[in-house]
Amino acid sequence: MSADLTDRVSALPFFAGLAPRLLRQLCAEGRLVRYPAGKRLFGEGGDADRFWLIEDGSVALDLRVPGRGDQVIETLGAGTVVGWSWLHPPYRWSFGAATRSPVQAVVFAAAAVRGRCDTDPAFGYAMLRLFTPVITERLQATRLRLLDLYATPAPAGRS
Amino acid sequence: MSARAPALEAGSAVPQPYRVIARHTDTADTVTLTIEPDAVPLERFAPGQFAMLTAYGIGEVPISVSAIATPEQGRARRLVHTLRAVGAVTRALHAARPGDVIGARGPFGTTWDVASAVGHDVVIVAGGIGLAPLRPVLHAVLADRPRYGRVVVLIGGRTPADLLYREEMAKISAAGAEVAVIVDQPADGWTGQVGVVTTLIPPAHFDPDRTVAFVCGPEIMMRFTAQALIARGVPAPRVRVSLERNMRCGVGWCGHCQLGPLLVCRDGPVIDYAHSEPLISVREL
Repeated sequence: MSADLTDRVSALPFFAGLAPRLLRQLCAEGRLVRYPAGKRLFGEGGDADRFWLIEDGSVALDLRVPGRGDQVIETLGAGTVVGWSWLHPPYRWSFGAATRSPVQAVVFAAAAVRGRCDTDPAFGYAMLRLFTPVITERLQATRLRLLDLYATPAPAGRS
Repeated sequence: MSARAPALEAGSAVPQPYRVIARHTDTADTVTLTIEPDAVPLERFAPGQFAMLTAYGIGEVPISVSAIATPEQGRARRLVHTLRAVGAVTRALHAARPGDVIGARGPFGTTWDVASAVGHDVVIVAGGIGLAPLRPVLHAVLADRPRYGRVVVLIGGRTPADLLYREEMAKISAAGAEVAVIVDQPADGWTGQVGVVTTLIPPAHFDPDRTVAFVCGPEIMMRFTAQALIARGVPAPRVRVSLERNMRCGVGWCGHCQLGPLLVCRDGPVIDYAHSEPLISVREL
């Protein structure tokens, strides 16, 4: 772990509220990575052995649909995390992910972070408090999209 | 209500004949009509206000202005409306061609009060055709650019094909505004963002303490957008939304557009979120 990495991670709002001790523990399992556009980070059903904090660039979550190829479900940009399937068994990715542009990110080793969660309840609780809003926000966004808000309304009046 | 209903004037009671002088197809179901008076011109509109447009023999509908010509341009009598074909009246208006005559009454309703954003960052959040009533805000701000702080335009749409004013938004981006676009359903070849418009708010570059936000789109989208803006730190009184109800008379007489203590045609459509939130979150209101 380098002080530089800790500074980088704490500079982004997602982990900014983490106590310094916990931040150092987390960053001990992280490293800086750079990917070109079009790089596949993981595929549906694969081992959820990592997660990423995007510093710059964009990542698309996708799902392979027979006959239609990889369908983009959502894009994630700078400051957001990619991946929370590592938190819960069976530790498999529900979707795939690929970079849409050159990406700079911090990648964390999920098994090691999980191990720290198991052995240090304060660390584990902090991780859950950080990642639960990610899960709920993405669920809420998905529900909003299910409403198809911008679709042409059913003809009900004269307008 | 303590406010007295305004007296009906010629411009507000009787549709004035306006001739379509230009028709631009924006999307498969949306057009922008430019109309000019055949006889009596209506008073000048302000950003956020709406006209009751008449398709003769079919009915009339409230449609906000989507651009305002200035007297300097010598076209102040013209009205510009972007409308989507969703019902009998809007389908008839959508079908209007240059030379056809439609009716117009107005101007009605409250304005976006763009001048109150002078000295502030301006955040515009549009969902679907909600970009149309916001376009005059953008025009006004960019026409007087040095008086405003950062200008951020966040646009959500169903598909790339449903996005309005794409060329214009590209120019606005080149002119220094931060423009971000996101769609629910990407098409082949779409390289932009995918998701809901609220996800564009956290990474956008503006200072919440000195921001005025203008929001227009489906009501649920406006609710979640306002919540996201407030969560970011923008005070609710500085988040403005444009509400839509069943406007008929346009002057607060008929009561069709009542929303609790408000008559949206007169007290709206533009209302700050501090006042509108308690109303739009009530079922059946």
